[in-house]
Amino acid sequence: MEKSMRKYWPIFVLPTMLAFLIGFLIPFIMGIYLSFCNFTTVTDAQFVGLANYIRIFTDPSSNFLHSLWLTSLFTVVNVVLINVFGFVLALLLVRGFRGTNLFRTVFFMPNLIGGIVLGWIWNLLLTGILDKFGRTLVYSEAYGFWGLTVLMLWQQAGYMMIIYIAGLQSIPDDLIEAASIDGATPLQTLFKIKIPMVMPSITICTFLTLTNSFKLFDQNLALLSAESSGKLKLLALDIYETFYGRNGWEGAGQAKAVVFTIIVALIAMVQMRLTNRKEVQQ
Amino acid sequence: MKKFTSLILALVLSLASVACAEETGSIYYLNFKPEVAEAWEALAAAYTAETGVPMTVITAASGTYEDTLKSEIAKTEAPTLFQVNGPIGLKTWKDYCYDMSGSAFYDELTNDAFALKNGDAVLGIAYLTETYGLITNTALLEKAGYSVADITNFETLKAVAEDITARKDELGFSAFTSAGMDSSSDWRFKTHLANMPIYYEYLADGITSTDAIKGTYLDNYKAIWDLYINNATCEPTTLAAKTGSDAEAEFQLEEAVFFQNGDWEYGAISEYIPDENLTMLPIYIGVEGEENQGLCTGTENFLCVNSQASEADIQATLDFLYWLVTSETGTTTLADTMGFDIPFKAAKESTNYFKKVAAESVAAGKTPVTWNFTTMPSETWKNGVGAALTDYAQGTGEWDAVVTAFVDGWAAEIAAAN
Amino acid sequence: MAREKKVKVPQKKGSWILTLIFSVISIAYIYPLLLVLINSFKKKAFISRLPFALPNAKTFVGWENYTNGLTKINFFDSFANSLIITVLSVILILLCTSMCAWFICRVRTKLTRAVYYLCLFSMVVPFQMVMFTLSKTADYLKLSTPFTIPIVYLGFGAGLAVFMFCGYMKSCPIEIEESAMVDGCTPLRTFFSIVLPILQPTYVTTAILETMWIWNDYLLPYLVLNLKKYKTIPIAIQYLKGGYGSVDMGAMMAMLVLSILPIIFLYLFLQKYIIKGMVAGAVKG
Repeated sequence: MEKSMRKYWPIFVLPTMLAFLIGFLIPFIMGIYLSFCNFTTVTDAQFVGLANYIRIFTDPSSNFLHSLWLTSLFTVVNVVLINVFGFVLALLLVRGFRGTNLFRTVFFMPNLIGGIVLGWIWNLLLTGILDKFGRTLVYSEAYGFWGLTVLMLWQQAGYMMIIYIAGLQSIPDDLIEAASIDGATPLQTLFKIKIPMVMPSITICTFLTLTNSFKLFDQNLALLSAESSGKLKLLALDIYETFYGRNGWEGAGQAKAVVFTIIVALIAMVQMRLTNRKEVQQ
Repeated sequence: MKKFTSLILALVLSLASVACAEETGSIYYLNFKPEVAEAWEALAAAYTAETGVPMTVITAASGTYEDTLKSEIAKTEAPTLFQVNGPIGLKTWKDYCYDMSGSAFYDELTNDAFALKNGDAVLGIAYLTETYGLITNTALLEKAGYSVADITNFETLKAVAEDITARKDELGFSAFTSAGMDSSSDWRFKTHLANMPIYYEYLADGITSTDAIKGTYLDNYKAIWDLYINNATCEPTTLAAKTGSDAEAEFQLEEAVFFQNGDWEYGAISEYIPDENLTMLPIYIGVEGEENQGLCTGTENFLCVNSQASEADIQATLDFLYWLVTSETGTTTLADTMGFDIPFKAAKESTNYFKKVAAESVAAGKTPVTWNFTTMPSETWKNGVGAALTDYAQGTGEWDAVVTAFVDGWAAEIAAAN
Repeated sequence: MAREKKVKVPQKKGSWILTLIFSVISIAYIYPLLLVLINSFKKKAFISRLPFALPNAKTFVGWENYTNGLTKINFFDSFANSLIITVLSVILILLCTSMCAWFICRVRTKLTRAVYYLCLFSMVVPFQMVMFTLSKTADYLKLSTPFTIPIVYLGFGAGLAVFMFCGYMKSCPIEIEESAMVDGCTPLRTFFSIVLPILQPTYVTTAILETMWIWNDYLLPYLVLNLKKYKTIPIAIQYLKGGYGSVDMGAMMAMLVLSILPIIFLYLFLQKYIIKGMVAGAVKG
């Protein structure tokens, strides 16, 4: 079979590979090269070695470490909140009372709305609420931080809830019955049976929210675009603005992007390790 | 099945080739001024209808012109016509600026001071001058018991404003509109108001630009900023989210007497407030001898033709520019719809009332304040000052941070750019 | 609403309290959307002043915001662009990547393995890494129209799709394909008449995931498309945020409503598939 297939590669693989070259591989390699250059367009690139990398870590106006720290904090807070909230919703909704399907539909819906649109919706709501207290979304970094967190919680909790529901429903009923016959309290059942049994779902959801929060761009742009002066810029937006907003900083922006990519790749590797191990255990 | 695949490939390829079938020249203008975006679009449509040459106008949101220009100019169908704000902007974009010295458009220019030159090459041409100051509702001012003649310097301005604030509830209006720091409004303070201390420093030192600002007049900057934020329609803590439209609406609905803005606001204001109740006062910041200070008049709108565009596009763009400043439609739109004074031979007199106010101020012997913010080192510098101003207004930052952003930030940005 | 009846009813006592609590939470959950809807009928000057008030005689403007917004940003053009881009890209991605995935799963050489790992890697890379170089490359190859940008999406989105298809194919029995080939089917015929039907659930899942991504994408089309001719819905919405005091909140609200409506309709009709698809995508991705 393999042999007869091989000569068909131009039909099967070539279109995708050509597009892959254009849409990913060539830009990616060029991107790495440009992070070692000074340039405004690709053609005038001058090799400068590690200067851009040194600049993003040492120049006081680079803001890179600060936004890296903020983004990490944002990610941790979001992962915890979204997953706890999603899990609690799931626990309650699997109990089967009137209207569960409708509620599920409602909670999942925000997920389908794009980041730019979501950002503007919440901009209206949060600016309106904060105005009553004489504050604004860009009053300080903390306001933008929590504003964006509320938005993300609203958007993502429903998604995680659905995954947790699938996990919880796959726990065999007799297991839980057996536990209750043995006299386990509901809390014990939760921590001793339910949570261990949905561990794979937890891993999946954790990494899903982790990468979503870490790479967040659209929501940040739209929700806080009222700001003039960079109250809260997560990494993705900071990189964009460094690259396109500052003359002479193109190389530095590209260098930030490379570091960003390395961090995201590391997270993904840890994820793959963990999910593989879980699969082996089961 | 093979046929099917090749059909798809052929389809994709043919679609790709459609994109590069254009040969005749066309014009793509990346507009810097959102407030006249619609007028520009109408003008483009009129030009296409008259000459058959396709013309598109895209307007960048305020504060994003540089980003948009940078991403747009990298495209094949890049803007053929764009703007730089002065010598600093030219430094970045000079490789893209076509030398217009031999063009008919340049011949129409009445004053060479409006040409942005590099040696003998004319790389940018300012197409308008604008004036800003404190737009004042004189009817409200009289209701509060004052007249325009009472305000001749910072001391008197301050006294009037603070008196109005004290009687705010009784009068039913405030002294100043909200000094919003949203990106649709913050340029009024981080750029236009910041021009005042820079202007006086340059004047005192006899220079026109500098690599290291000293900040001699920053105490005056603080005084006027304090006055704005403490005598406004809203609490200083909410300034960060106030937009340009908010301040404009407050002035239109007669909720405030003073509105720091420019003659470009005339269209929006005149719908609500008649000319006889309007004037524009100089922005006094408490410098010795400022009784003789006039309004701030200048330009940051230099048109540049993209030298990397095709021959046909460059020619089409130059033809359009000539048409813009000589034709009936062009000059009328510039003068009436957009309300600009333009430095060209065939210019029409603008119907903009504030232009008249500015002319009268000059006739009365006042010295116009020049626009020195075109020498500000970068957008990053402006944003730094804006952020510090916002923090100070909200009470989350000290004034020292503004001084640092102003003085140290200036040196740092100059160093970074070179 | 119709689905409500299908609930299995092992109703315990007191479960109506949960229903009540969840009803309240649900209303709170859709409140932001309602708020935008309400404000879309108010005069623009009153939106940021009184965001929570219902429109009254003084503030009501009827459809003015809608007509304003529609002409201001050419909403229907943007809608058409978004639709063309999304549909073409998804079709292209599904067709090309499923063929590619089948090939690299069944023909095991060092090269195909390398391709597979490259695809995996590309899933991870954030768009900011390639934003400038990708837009440059796409521009150089004249891919800046809605009809050609699908090639860019195929390239940048190939990773996830290949991964999804490979994941499913690994669990599919190879015997049927082998016997078809032994019977003299060409690989192409085998793919379209045997493999493609087997892959059907993965097609649905991948289609949903890619649709959600492409329909809502902002930065890639913003940097790649020829903006003076084509805008997508997210670009048009962001474009409404003008400057110099010209952000028209009224038009903004109206356009937000118009951009959400089609998604909600689609969701109500295809709910089952969308939820299933997104879950399957998450579990495998």
